[in-house]
Amino acid sequence: MTGILQQLVLGILLGSLYGLAAAGLSLVFGVLKVLNVAHGELIMLGGYAAFWLVALVGLDPFVALLLIIPLAGLFGFLLYGGLFRFIVRHGEETRIKNSLLVGFGLALTLQALAVRLFTADERSITTSYRGRALLVGGVVLPLGRVLNLVVALVLITLLHLFLRKSRWGQAIRATSEDWEAASLLGIDVRRAYGLAFAIGTALAGAAGTLVSLGYSISPSIGLEWTLKALIVIVLAGLGSAFGTFVGGVVLGCAEAVSAIAFGGAYREVIGLLLFFCALVARPQGLFGRS
Amino acid sequence: MLEVRDLDASYGELRALEGVAVDVGADEIVALVGSNGAGKTTLLRCIAGLTRPRTGRVRWQGEDLTGLPPHLVVERGVAMVPEGRRLFGHMTVEENLGLGAFSARARPERQSTLDHIYEIFPRLAERRRQLAGALSGGEQQMVAIGRALMTRPRLLMLDEPSLGLAPRVVESMLTVLGEVNRAGVGVFLVEQNVRAALGLAHRAYVLEHGRVVGQGPSAEILADPDVRRAYLGPLAVES
Repeated sequence: MTGILQQLVLGILLGSLYGLAAAGLSLVFGVLKVLNVAHGELIMLGGYAAFWLVALVGLDPFVALLLIIPLAGLFGFLLYGGLFRFIVRHGEETRIKNSLLVGFGLALTLQALAVRLFTADERSITTSYRGRALLVGGVVLPLGRVLNLVVALVLITLLHLFLRKSRWGQAIRATSEDWEAASLLGIDVRRAYGLAFAIGTALAGAAGTLVSLGYSISPSIGLEWTLKALIVIVLAGLGSAFGTFVGGVVLGCAEAVSAIAFGGAYREVIGLLLFFCALVARPQGLFGRS
Repeated sequence: MLEVRDLDASYGELRALEGVAVDVGADEIVALVGSNGAGKTTLLRCIAGLTRPRTGRVRWQGEDLTGLPPHLVVERGVAMVPEGRRLFGHMTVEENLGLGAFSARARPERQSTLDHIYEIFPRLAERRRQLAGALSGGEQQMVAIGRALMTRPRLLMLDEPSLGLAPRVVESMLTVLGEVNRAGVGVFLVEQNVRAALGLAHRAYVLEHGRVVGQGPSAEILADPDVRRAYLGPLAVES
């Protein structure tokens, strides 16, 4: 019984990162109608940025996070200005197709670049508290991963508040619903796109930091994280930051349960199964709007 | 004063506007009538910056607006209520209205304009916390007009605002537009409901196949036998 509970808890902890990873992708997809399949590579880069900041500069990973979020946001602005800006000029269907092409190209480039710069070795951040854990009723809670969940939840809450309460957050939501109507109210749609992309990239950078802290990174992890994020988006639907977070936790739990029931080899299968079921039964997602 | 000159627009091969010239004074109500596909919406989109004309000029208060993106046209005091209202259905009434004050032009007076909108449409004040998508058609049109007024326009363009509304609702909406105009806002009204539009407007243009084929005071346009036959039905010619 404790074994099951233990797996579930680990599933929830991992799932919170799925949620954070998906939140950035979901924002970009929902607002720009562009599917950035290189989102996982942005997570990977965030992970390396954190790794080197900790290894070379000696920063605490959570201090590094405070640096990585704005840096990743800036990188997102540049990516938007240099690449994705040209995609959003087209109609929605063309956008999706072109963004897949550009996204895969970007993903391969970033991956190759990471191998060249950082080698293909697996890395993870080691901290003084890495090995520490809390013990609650026989269940082991690794301290680093618990902090991950807390940080992920804080970031999701900030995202939610920004989108609900702030002037530009509302402009981003309006643009995602109807960009023409938004532009007729004086909203610079291009700026809303750039901002949404930058925030999405910042969230990817944050997610990467947490991944390298609680798990491990290598140049090739991108695709896996993009896939997880996609599953979460389909599961949760667009339009709610907390919904996306819960979707991530659901996926984490489902993976944990299937690992217990069918063995670790089937971990990945359950996600795809959920993906399929969600598409068939509830295409708008658990928390999404039809 | 809005001056449109020699405006040509096309969608690919399809010619939508040809040599269109239209004037709308900042104190006038001007109607634009014409059948489906005549180019009425394209003309409004060209003025608002949503569609780029092939050739021709759009001037507003002496300044050239041609080719400006929509958000900068709004900043200069020209607002548009698009066809089908296009509200943000997942946002509340007040969020929709608040977004109307996004521009630098409108932001400083956001609260006073909002109070004013609630005065014009008391119903919206009651529903301020509801999702815009859950309102009735008439209420949604109020939000659409209110949202455009929140940009503090000097010229308000409306694309088929009466579409799908009950006659009684249309009437009260037209009354509001008349009041808006008396407060010093030019109104450029695109309508298929020709009788209602001409009843309110001072002047009117008739658009057919992308060309202006008639213009004049509303009463004259309304009396024109061709217009009556084309837009008010065959029986209207004798009456």
